[in-house]
Amino acid sequence: MNRQDTSDIVFRRILAVFPISILILVAGIFFQLAYSSLPSLKHFGLAFFYNTTWDPVAEHFGALPFIFGTCLTSLVALLLAVPIGIGAAIYLAEYAPPKVSKFISILVDLLAAIPSVIYGLWGIFVLVPYMRNYVQPFLGKYLGFLPFFQGPNYGVGFLAASIILAIIIIPFIISVSREVILAVPSVYKESAYALGTTRWEAIFDIVLSYGRAGILGAVVLALGRAIGETMAVTMIIGNNVVITPSLFSPGYTLASVLANEFAEADSNMYLSALIEIGLVLFLVSIVVNILARFLIWSVTKGPGQVIK
Amino acid sequence: MDLTGSIKVKNLNFYYGDNHMLKNISMTVEPHQIVAMIGPSGCGKSTLIRIFNRMNDLIPSTRVEGEVLVDGVNIYDKEIDVVGLRRRVGMVFQKSTPFPKSIYENIAYGLKIVGIKDHRILNETVEKSLKRAALWEEVKDHLNKSAMSLSGGQQQRLCIARAIAVDPEIILMDEPCSALDPIATARIEELMGNLKDEYTIVIVTHNMQQAARVSDKTAFLMHGQIIEFTKTTDFFTKPSSKITEDYITGRFG
Repeated sequence: MNRQDTSDIVFRRILAVFPISILILVAGIFFQLAYSSLPSLKHFGLAFFYNTTWDPVAEHFGALPFIFGTCLTSLVALLLAVPIGIGAAIYLAEYAPPKVSKFISILVDLLAAIPSVIYGLWGIFVLVPYMRNYVQPFLGKYLGFLPFFQGPNYGVGFLAASIILAIIIIPFIISVSREVILAVPSVYKESAYALGTTRWEAIFDIVLSYGRAGILGAVVLALGRAIGETMAVTMIIGNNVVITPSLFSPGYTLASVLANEFAEADSNMYLSALIEIGLVLFLVSIVVNILARFLIWSVTKGPGQVIK
Repeated sequence: MDLTGSIKVKNLNFYYGDNHMLKNISMTVEPHQIVAMIGPSGCGKSTLIRIFNRMNDLIPSTRVEGEVLVDGVNIYDKEIDVVGLRRRVGMVFQKSTPFPKSIYENIAYGLKIVGIKDHRILNETVEKSLKRAALWEEVKDHLNKSAMSLSGGQQQRLCIARAIAVDPEIILMDEPCSALDPIATARIEELMGNLKDEYTIVIVTHNMQQAARVSDKTAFLMHGQIIEFTKTTDFFTKPSSKITEDYITGRFG
């Protein structure tokens, strides 16, 4: 065996330790969560997922209101964030002067780096009063015939949490979508122009259709972030175990009930139920992320490169 | 019969930032002719054909001086409808650029954007364009398959069919065969010969043999200037300029 072979083998094995340790870490988290939630898993079985009571005193635990809250706030956040995020990305990639685009993109990336507790504080002091005094009365007055905009107006609640989530995930959507749009070779756009398209048609029909998988990936990643976001949501969602169509209602999410009640879980079953909530959250996040990876993989593989 | 599809360039200068890319170009392209542009890399031949459908407009900090008349109308006039101009002056690129749609949708797209929805018209145009581009026989049974599934040569013919579908007068081709094998190249060259009874074709090519095979007139560019622009037969047999002769005999380039 010569010198080269030895060093290659040693180096390769040392490097292999790092990815393997990640694997062990993920598996470890999963098994610890599963193990610690065994009492709850055994006691409530599948009912845990559809039971709507969360009564620590009677030790009666069902996760549905939290699953509902997480899905509702994440979905409403996506509804708000996707048009704004993709619109901003199109503007930055296609319309803005290059210098402006660079500058704003840096700001956008900075936004993504702000700790969510800051967004939460801003939510409490600025957003919630604004929702209570202006936005929700307005929505109630003009769209109050819809079940989403009925009920007492506290300011805190699903809608405020969704808006905060939207603000948190918009930078992700802008940043990734902009990269995806910029990565579409300009010759495809020129091909569209050469057929007499307007700029908008070239972007909407051709560029977005090339980048659709990548943009979808950005949206799914943002969704993952929204599902897992804890601090900001906990601060303004109102912490109320409920299932209701009203967006004005205070609510709860998987992540925020964990953060809020973990310290006060005084019985084994209570703790175990909370950990099972963590397990649900973990699984949902993993599934969403795998989906995102798959979508991004399919765009980097690229439709343009499939020649012969 | 009055033929449309003429290009007349008068004292054209083109700048990219501070670079003087095209210098005092004047030339006339007659309708229904094939004109080849050859020259070493960076000589401005691609830039020049992109002048003809104002494709360079999309590149920031470029500037055009002089006149380019397509069928007698200066296309750099302020009131010109650029989108409309590009429908009359189609373009095929070096890289085949099928849209991520079906074969049918690729061809029909140029019609759909101007609001043509009638299926009969769309079907007819798709069939006619694909036949014109000598692709129909190969794809007629799977028009709904993704255009990405075609071979490189087929994709390039699809792009030609797509350009034809909007019924242009002029087709610009920017090194359309440089990524293709000799058989696919031969098919495109044959196709060009068939197309010139309806269209004026301006082709940029790296390949001098190709220019000699397909074109009626050949322009030789260097450093942004036209060195020689004459009938192709004369160009390759008795070039009037020493530089041209050196280039076509392979002494440089």
